[in-house]
Amino acid sequence: MRYIVVGLIGAIFGLGIITSGMGNPAKVLNFFDLAGSFDPSLAFVMAGALTVAVPGYAFIFRKLRKPVFTSDFNVPTNRKIDRKLVIGSSIFGIGWGIGGFCPGASLPALGLGHLSSYIFVLALVTGIILAQLIQKTKALDIFSRALRRIPLNGDAGELQDRA
Amino acid sequence: MLLPSCLVLSSSGIHPFRGVHQVTAFTPLVSYAGGMLIGLAAVLLMLFWGRIAGMTGILAGILPPFGSDVRWKASFLAGAILAPLLYQLAIAKVDYQMPISSTELIVGGVVTGIGVTFGSGCTSGHGVCGLARFSRRSAVAVIMFMSFAFLTVFVTRHIV
Repeated sequence: MRYIVVGLIGAIFGLGIITSGMGNPAKVLNFFDLAGSFDPSLAFVMAGALTVAVPGYAFIFRKLRKPVFTSDFNVPTNRKIDRKLVIGSSIFGIGWGIGGFCPGASLPALGLGHLSSYIFVLALVTGIILAQLIQKTKALDIFSRALRRIPLNGDAGELQDRA
Repeated sequence: MLLPSCLVLSSSGIHPFRGVHQVTAFTPLVSYAGGMLIGLAAVLLMLFWGRIAGMTGILAGILPPFGSDVRWKASFLAGAILAPLLYQLAIAKVDYQMPISSTELIVGGVVTGIGVTFGSGCTSGHGVCGLARFSRRSAVAVIMFMSFAFLTVFVTRHIV
């Protein structure tokens, strides 16, 4: 029963993605193409989502002590703005600009049955697994330690001190 | 700095038709309504399950190593994929155009996967859920990925 409700919530999410146009790479890439075939629609998607989510979350966190099906609200507690967040998000932006899909849009798009969305999701999963392997092997730590040996001046040096 | 030199490049005729792509219709109302559904799903998931509706975490959760969350995440994903399938079968064909090659798609997919894993989230997790609870971390993530997406499309469509 609980899982059916979650499935239905997923269904609302999926319908939102495809009706909004987030699941259409041509529309996404046109949103980012300010200097070309610009289509501002996706700004309205974000506006629509926040119109509901901001008051919805505020109500839940203020008025409710626990969720309906589980024992506690589980929201991210990490507040650190670190290099990993900044660089990771930047890399995601580059990927989004190349592929035209964000993860949340590519999965509902699978339901539309186009081969290209399956190709994207396979590549996406490959990227996620690759990044998890890199994290596990601590390859990044070794890399950044090596980087720190290179004398840097200005902003880059400051960034490294903070990390 | 970058922008003016690029404009000079394209106006000097090196890429005269670069950047002319398939135009998509401006759909403010439908997109706004679709966005409201996404927001509603985020609120309902918090209400019923107490979790963030972040697709990166949900997708990672159904890949090995499986955590304890695998069942609700699989249910959410199943709904998110089946609903568009049923919608298209029963109601209307959904617009879908792929303006790029398979190679670009694969590169984009791998890069996206790496980025969202290190950045701990994507448009749904940071963009909707994170901003909705006024997380500074998410605000920084959104600014970074939006800026780089604009920059990347500018480079791929107007410079390279």
